[in-house]
Amino acid sequence: MLTKIFRTAGVSVLLAAATGAAGWAAETPKRGGELVYMIPAEAPPSLDGHRETTFATVHSVAPFYSVLMRANPDNPQDTTSFVCDLCTAVPTPTDDGKTYTFTIRQDAKFQDGTPLTAADVAASWHEIIFPPKGVLSARANWYSMVDSVESPDPATVVFKLKFATTVFIPALADPYAFIYEKKILDADPHWYEAHVMGSGPFHFVSYAIGQEIKGERNPDYYMKGLPYLDGFTGIYAPKEAVRVAAIKSDRAAIEFRGMPPTAVNDLKASLGDRISVQTSDWNCGNVITPNSSRKPFDDVRVRKALLLAIDQWNGAPALSKIAVVRTVGGIVFPGSPLAATKAELEQLAGFYPDIEKSRTEARRLLKEAGQEHLKFELLNRNVDQPYKFIGTWVIDQWSKIGVTVTQKVVPTGPWFAAMRSGDFDVVSESNCNSIVNPVLDTQKYLPQALFSESYGRYSDPVAADIYQNMLRETDPAKQRVLMRAYEKQVIDVEAHAFPMLWWNRIVTYRSYVKGWKIGPSHFITQDLATIWLDK
Amino acid sequence: MSVSAPATTLTAEPDQIRRGLWRSILTFCRRQPLGTFGMALVIIVAIAGLGADLIAPYNPTANDFAAMTEAPSWAHWLGTDQFGRDMLSRIIFGARTALLVGLSSALVGGVAGLVLGVGSAYFGGMIDLILQRVLDVLMAFPLIIMALAVVAIFGTGVQNVIIAITVPLIPRCARVVRSSALAIREIPYVDAARACGFGHTRIILRHMAPNVVAPFLIMITAFVGQAILAEASLSYLGLGVQEPVAAWGLMLQGGAEEYASTAPWIAIFPGLAIMLSVLGINLFGDALRDELDPKLRNR
Amino acid sequence: MYRYVIKRVLLMVPTLIGAAALVFLLMRLIPGDICVVRLGSGGGSFDPRAVAACHAELGMDRPMWLQFVDFVWGFFRLDFGTSMWSGKPVTTEILARLPISLEIALLATVVAISIAIPLGTISALKQNTWLDVVVRVFAIGGIATPSFWIGIMSILLVLNLSNAITGTPWMPPIDYVPIWKDPIRNLSMAFLPAITVGYRYAAVSMRMTRSTMLEVMREDYIRTARAKGLLDKLIINRHALKNALLPVVTLIGIEFAFLIGGLVVTEQVFNLNGVGRLFVQAVQNQDYTLTQALVMLTVTVFVVTNFCVDLLYAWLDPRIRFA
Repeated sequence: MLTKIFRTAGVSVLLAAATGAAGWAAETPKRGGELVYMIPAEAPPSLDGHRETTFATVHSVAPFYSVLMRANPDNPQDTTSFVCDLCTAVPTPTDDGKTYTFTIRQDAKFQDGTPLTAADVAASWHEIIFPPKGVLSARANWYSMVDSVESPDPATVVFKLKFATTVFIPALADPYAFIYEKKILDADPHWYEAHVMGSGPFHFVSYAIGQEIKGERNPDYYMKGLPYLDGFTGIYAPKEAVRVAAIKSDRAAIEFRGMPPTAVNDLKASLGDRISVQTSDWNCGNVITPNSSRKPFDDVRVRKALLLAIDQWNGAPALSKIAVVRTVGGIVFPGSPLAATKAELEQLAGFYPDIEKSRTEARRLLKEAGQEHLKFELLNRNVDQPYKFIGTWVIDQWSKIGVTVTQKVVPTGPWFAAMRSGDFDVVSESNCNSIVNPVLDTQKYLPQALFSESYGRYSDPVAADIYQNMLRETDPAKQRVLMRAYEKQVIDVEAHAFPMLWWNRIVTYRSYVKGWKIGPSHFITQDLATIWLDK
Repeated sequence: MSVSAPATTLTAEPDQIRRGLWRSILTFCRRQPLGTFGMALVIIVAIAGLGADLIAPYNPTANDFAAMTEAPSWAHWLGTDQFGRDMLSRIIFGARTALLVGLSSALVGGVAGLVLGVGSAYFGGMIDLILQRVLDVLMAFPLIIMALAVVAIFGTGVQNVIIAITVPLIPRCARVVRSSALAIREIPYVDAARACGFGHTRIILRHMAPNVVAPFLIMITAFVGQAILAEASLSYLGLGVQEPVAAWGLMLQGGAEEYASTAPWIAIFPGLAIMLSVLGINLFGDALRDELDPKLRNR
Repeated sequence: MYRYVIKRVLLMVPTLIGAAALVFLLMRLIPGDICVVRLGSGGGSFDPRAVAACHAELGMDRPMWLQFVDFVWGFFRLDFGTSMWSGKPVTTEILARLPISLEIALLATVVAISIAIPLGTISALKQNTWLDVVVRVFAIGGIATPSFWIGIMSILLVLNLSNAITGTPWMPPIDYVPIWKDPIRNLSMAFLPAITVGYRYAAVSMRMTRSTMLEVMREDYIRTARAKGLLDKLIINRHALKNALLPVVTLIGIEFAFLIGGLVVTEQVFNLNGVGRLFVQAVQNQDYTLTQALVMLTVTVFVVTNFCVDLLYAWLDPRIRFA
C-alpha cells in the first residue's frame, strides 16, 4: 500500500511532465504580466530556508528555488500525493525500505548559469540533515531516521535510512528544503542568509528589506512553458486592514497565507465576482495545554474537566464566522487518512455529542477533585487570529462549569519562554506544520523528554511506546490503529493537551489571478510557476 | 529645561480655595460653557464606570453565538460584537476600565512626580542634579518603547498596563512641579519657615506642596486623558488590556481593523467613547486652568 | 556663555549613558530571547539544537557587563554593530527605513504649522467667541482621538469616496518609492499619514499658540502700542505674533523629537516601512542591538534638540546663563 502510494505519485509526476503546461485544462493560460502579492509579515530574519521557520521566508524566496520533491501542486489537497521537482521519479525504496535512490534531472541551471547536479542536491540535504557546527538547521529533527546522503554520480542521490518509516517521503517534501549551489555552500554556509541563488521558475531581481522582493521569469526554467508570469513583486504588509484595502483598490492581487472570514465578506461585498475565494482545512490547529507539573493540573480529573467543558461541535460553526478556524478534529489533520472519523472522535472526552452530559461530568470531576471554584490564568500569545479568539471562547466555555479564568497575553518571545520554563497554568498554543506528515506532526503530544516542543510537562510511557511502534509501522492500516490508540491515550485517558479546532485557510484574491490551487498549508505550492493573469 | 506645558507658571490664590464650593461651581459654569460641557461628559463617564453593574443591560463578557455582529436594534442599542456581546454593556463597563487605568496612572504618576519634583526643587544641589539627570533619561526615552518593554516583561493585564503608562508620566510631572516649586522656594515665607527651624518634611508638605497644587491638578486631568489614549495605542499594538475585560482600546483593536466597513458600529462606538471622554477631560482641564490662572481670568 | 555651553554638553553625557543602561536592562529583562522568537514564530516545529547554535552564533553567552561596555563604547564611536535578527549592520537596517519616516515627519510638521499658527492666532484674538469655541474643539479633538483610529477611518473614507466618485476604490500605494524617482506616487503614499500625524501635532501646537498669544496680548508693550493707536493688524504681525511664536517654535522642535514615537502606530496603520515600525519589530523580536541603537538614536535627537532650545533661551535671556 505504501509503495502503491508512491507509485501513483510517480505516475502523476509522469502525467504532469507529459501534459506539461497544459495541466490546467479548463482555460488556456495567458503569458506575461506581473503579479503583485502581499506577504502578511514583517521582513523575515533571513532568506535562508534551511535556517528559518517563518512562512515569510518561503513566501519571499520559494519562486527562486527548486526542491527535490514537493507536495503535488496539481492536487495539493491530497495529503499523500508527493511529486518530483528535481528528481525524475519518486523512487521505490530498496533494502527493506531503507534505501532511496533518486535520479536527478540534468536540465536545471542556477541563475548564475551553473548547471545543477546531484552534488548540489546532496550538499543541500547534507546541510539540512547534518548541519556543520555553527550552522542552524531548523528542522534537522525531522530526519532522525536518515543515516547518510550521498551522490555517487552527477545524476544520482542516495538516502540511506536507519529504519524503514512512512514519514520519510513527506519529510523530503519540506517546502523549505531549497537546493543550493554546492560551491557556494562550501565557501560560506551563511551566504544564503542574505543572498539568493537558485534554479527555480524565477530569477531574483531585488530585495528591499521589509519592503518588497522582486523576481523575473527564468528563461531557462526546466519545466517547459513555465512560468507564465513575466515577474512578481511581493510586498510585506503585516496589518490585515491594509491588506484588505490593498486588494480592494487593486494595489495587490492576492495574499497567500489566509484571511479571516470577516475580511473575506468585506471584499466580497465590495467587489462581487471580481473576487475569488479558495478555502481549505489548514494543517494548523490550536492546542490548549495544562501544566501537568503544577497543582491542580497534575490531577487528571481537573484536566479532563477542562476538556469536557468545551463545546467544540457548537463552537466551530460560530467561530468559523469570525476566526480562521473551522473543523473539529483530533490530533491528526482532518484531511489525512490517519485522522479520526467523526464517529471515532465522538467516543473521546471533549468530543461527546451531548455537551450537557459532558459538562455534568466535568462538574462531577471538579467536585471529586475538590476544585469546584477553580481559578487560573490562561497564557496566550499576542496574535489575534486565531489565538486570542480561541482564548476568549474557551474562557467563556469554562465559565459554564464554574471555572474563572483570566488571560495573560504576551508577545511571542515571552510566550515561548514561559512555556519552555513551565511558568504557566494553562497555555493556548498551536500545532502548525507545513507538509502533512501526521506521525511527525503528532509528536506534539509526546512527553517533553521525547519532544522538546511539548510543553505540558508530563511523562507518559504508554503514549511513548505506542508512538515508537507507529513511527516504524509501514502498513497504513496497522498504523491507523496505532494512531487511534495513541490519540485515545493522550486525550481521552490522560487529557495531556486538548486539540482545539483546526484552522481554516481562506485565500481571497482578485479573480484575474489564475492557476493557483490552495493546499492545506501556507508553506507549500508557493513557487508561483503555474500562476497566470487573466487580464 | 525651559519648555513645559503652559500650566507651569500658575499658582493658586489662597482666596480662591476658600470660596464656597457651590458658588465656585456655579461661577465656573457661567464663565466656562465649554468647560461645563466637558465636565458633563466626565460626569457621564464617571457614572457609567461606577454604576456599570446597575446600568449595563447585559453581561459584558457573555458570548452569544446566536447574535454575532448584529446591527444596533432595540434589543442591543449599539449592536453586538463578533462574539455576540452587547456593545453598549461593554462600553459601559469599558468606562470603568478607562477610569481605573486613567485615574490610577494619573494619580500614581502625579504623586510620584509631585514628590520628586518638590523634593528636587527644595533640596537643590547634588540631589537636584542627580534627580534631574534620572528624569532626563526617562523623558528622553521613547514612551511607546518603554510601554512595549514593560508589557513584554510583566505581561498584559490592567495592572501592568497601568504601570506601563504611569512610568513615562512621572518625569513629565516632576518637571512641571519642580519649576513651580523653584519659583516658590525663593519666596520669603519659605525662608521664614526655614528660619523658624521647621524640618524638611514640614516645610515641603505645609508650605511648598500646597502652592504647586493648582498646576498639579490641571496636569493630572490632562494625564487621565493621555492615559486613556495610551491604553488605546497599546491595545492597537496588541499589548493593552486583554479579553475578556471590557476596555475601549481593546474593543477598537480588533473591531476597527476588521469591521470598519462590514459592521461599522463595532469600530465607531468605542472610538467615540474614547474621543468624547478625552475631549471632556481636556475641555474641563482647560477651563479649570483658565479659571485658576489669574492672568487669564481677569481679562 | 562658553562655560554654560560646556556645562550643558557635559550634562548630556550622563543622560546618554543612563538611557543606554536603561534600554540595556529593559531588553534583557524581557523573558525569552531572539533565537526562540526566530525559530518559533512560524508556529511550526523546530530543532532544539538549532536554538543552541543560534545562541552561540549571536554571542549571547558572553558576560553581561562586557556586552554593556561593548555597546556604550560602540555608541560613542558611532559603531552600532549588526542586527541580531537579520545579521545586517544596524545602520543599514535603519537607513533603509529612515527616508519614509523623515518624509512623513517633515510633511506632518508642515501640515501642523500651517494649521496651528493661523488657527491658534485667530482663536486667541477672538477669545470666547463661537470661532474660538470651534477652533478649540477641533484642536482638542485632535488630541482626544487615537491616531490609529483616525488612520483607519481615513483609509476607509478614501476607499469609499473614490469608489463613489470613480466606481473603483483607490487607496494610497503600500510600497515606497523615493520622491526623486516618482514624486506623485511618493506623495500619494505620504499625504494621508502626514495629515493623520500632522493633525494631532497641530492640535498641540495650536493650543500653545493660542495661550501664548493670549499672554502676549496682555503685555504692557502691546497695550502701549495699542494706546499709541497702531493698527491691530500691525500690532499682531509686528509685535505679538513674533513674541508669541518662540515657545510655539520650541514646542514644534521638541514634538519633532517625539515624532518617532508617534510614528510607531501610524506606520502600522498605513503599512509604511519606517523607523517606527522597525522599532516595534526590534522590541518584539528581542533584537538587543537594533533596539539599543534605535533608542540611542531617539534619545540623542531628543537631547540635542533640548540642548539647542536651551542655548536659544540662554542667548535670549541672560538670567538663565548666569544662574
